[in-house]
Parts: sequence; C-alpha cells; structure tokens
Amino acid sequence: MADFTADDHVDITDVVCPVTFVKVKVALDVLEEGQLLTVRLADGEPVQNVPRSVKEEGHQILKLADNGDGTYTLVVRKAGE
Amino acid sequence: MAVDYKALKDGGFMRQVQKNHFSLRLKVVGGNLEAEQLLTIAEIAKKYGGGRVHLTSRQGVEIPFIKLADVERVKAELEAGGVNTGVCGPRVRTVTACQGCAVCPSGCIDTYPLAAEISDRYFGRALPHKFKFGITGCMNNCLKAEENDLGVKGGYTIAWLREACTLCGVCAKACREGAITQTETELLLEESRCNHCGRCVKACPFDAWRGEAGYMLSFGGTFGNLIARGEEFLPIIRSKAVLLRVADAALTFFDRHGKPGERFRVAIERTGWEKFKQDMEVAYNG
Repeated sequence: MADFTADDHVDITDVVCPVTFVKVKVALDVLEEGQLLTVRLADGEPVQNVPRSVKEEGHQILKLADNGDGTYTLVVRKAGE
Repeated sequence: MAVDYKALKDGGFMRQVQKNHFSLRLKVVGGNLEAEQLLTIAEIAKKYGGGRVHLTSRQGVEIPFIKLADVERVKAELEAGGVNTGVCGPRVRTVTACQGCAVCPSGCIDTYPLAAEISDRYFGRALPHKFKFGITGCMNNCLKAEENDLGVKGGYTIAWLREACTLCGVCAKACREGAITQTETELLLEESRCNHCGRCVKACPFDAWRGEAGYMLSFGGTFGNLIARGEEFLPIIRSKAVLLRVADAALTFFDRHGKPGERFRVAIERTGWEKFKQDMEVAYNG
C-alpha cells in the first residue's frame, strides 16, 4: 500500500457482520474530512459487503488490495458531513 | 332468502367456522396502506369485527368476525374511509411487492408503482382459477417471486465504463457469481455468469458500472396443495410495455387453455411447456 499514506488503520478480520462495518464507521468518525483510513478485512462476506456500505455512507473508496493471505486492505477517504 | 355465499366470497367475505360470521378480506396493493386507511380499518374492526385484524400470508388484511347482517354497512363505511374490499375465488388476486428501490438500497426496480399498475390492469379479472402476481425488487427475492403464478424480479443489465474505472478491485469481490475478473489493465465480464443482481453497480465507488433496470419473469409458481417453483425462460425484459405484453399473453393463455378449477401451472403442463414458452416468446418479441 505504498501509494497511500494512511491516517489510521482498523482491522476487522476478528469480527463478523454487522460489527465489521460498525468498527469501520467508528474509525471514520474520529477522522477529519479528506483523511485516509485503511481497513484490513477478511475474504467472503466482509469484502463483498463492507465496501458497499462505506460507499452508501458517502465516503470515497480508493482501493481494494488483495494481501494474498486471505485478507484484503481497503483504502477509504473520509467524506464531509 | 338463501345467503349467496359464493357472491360474498367473490367480494372478499370469507365464511368463518362460526355461523353467520365472515372474515372480510381488504384490498391491499404491494403491501402498502396509508395511515388513514389503517385508522379506518381499526375503527371497523372495533365497531363491527372482533376488535382485531389478521395479516394474511400475501400482504393482505382481513377483519374477522363481521356479522352477516352488517356486510353492506361495513362495505360502505370502509369505502368512505378509502378502503376497498378484496377478492377471492377464480380471479387475479392481491398483487404483492417488496419496498423496491424507492426505499431499499438493494432494490433494482421501483416495485410499488408497478404493483399498482398491474393491479389496476388485472385485479379481480376472472380466470379458470386463482392467479397471483408477486413483484420483488432484486435477486435477494424478499417477496419470493417464484411462488407466484407470475413472478416479477428486478435486475440490472450491466455495462463497464472503462473511462470511469480505477481498477480499485471492489466489484470483482462484490460479485458473488464470479462473473467479473480483473486484470492489470481492465475488467472482464463473463456475461453468461451474470445473474443481474446489480451488486457491482451498487458497490462501485466510481460509478464505473452502469446498470439498466429490467424485469425477470417466472411462470407457474404455486405454493399451496401443489408446490412448484415458477419457471424462468425469457431473457431479462427492459421495458414495461414488453412486460405487460407478456403478462397479457400469459393470462390469455390461461383463459384459452385452462379448465375451470385448474391452476395456471397445471394448465401449462397439460397443454405443454413448449407451446406455452412459444406463446410467451412471441409476446416478448412483439
């Protein structure tokens, strides 16, 4: 993830829906508009659903990268209120 | 004078176990009732019924324990309060629907106006046997389209917009069918695997998938004495005019080939699926 300098990071591989998205939402809440959050998430339901939920909240997704170990890293730019 | 139970039943008054009591079926379209209609229903249930309503399996409302002597008064008071009585017997029944894209983030089509249009066009139309329409907004199928004689399911026909795409990787994972493969430079769509669920369109952060709404139809579903899933064989339909043309043709087929008391599916099976599919394809192609 050298292309992006994250302002914060959250790992949601140890929780299941809907806590996955809740953890992302909480992490985004404390960031300023325009700051970047990286999210480590598991394959399957989290990677299918979390990016869409982040989009529906109005934030900008920049990248979803396959970490090659069954996890993914999602890069999100926080939107304004 | 003898009570005409059949006429009462056709008009939505369902005879109860208790002598001279009826459960009155109301007209509900797409599972929607205005708050004012609910107030009217509550008032009638208290005044003439047993003080409660029953919610049916197909989004209907019935008021049980209406007395035979009150039938006409109840009808008049409901009508004055903006509520119509439903139907039973061999005809087009309540048109059911999920909330669709006007409310639900997963919806691909606006189900309620479509349910209203189909209901206006067909509700109460006499046929050899009961006929049920159900409309569901997307592949999640909350409304169980294939249980119905004619099921409508919303879906997207998708197209990739190369210039908007950043190859972020979200859609290839959002797709549950494995229809999207991402390379270093582009996305490859295997159209035969696409089930029109629209998850790529909904998930894409850059609006790089365009989704055109359409309808997928299933025919001959039944979930009572006989349990069978409606059959899907037409391609996705992209215009409401074509949808209605096919629905017209399906009802015409039932009218022409169905024997009294025979469900749509049984009529199709007796006449032959090949003949039925042929008729639907002719309607589909105009």
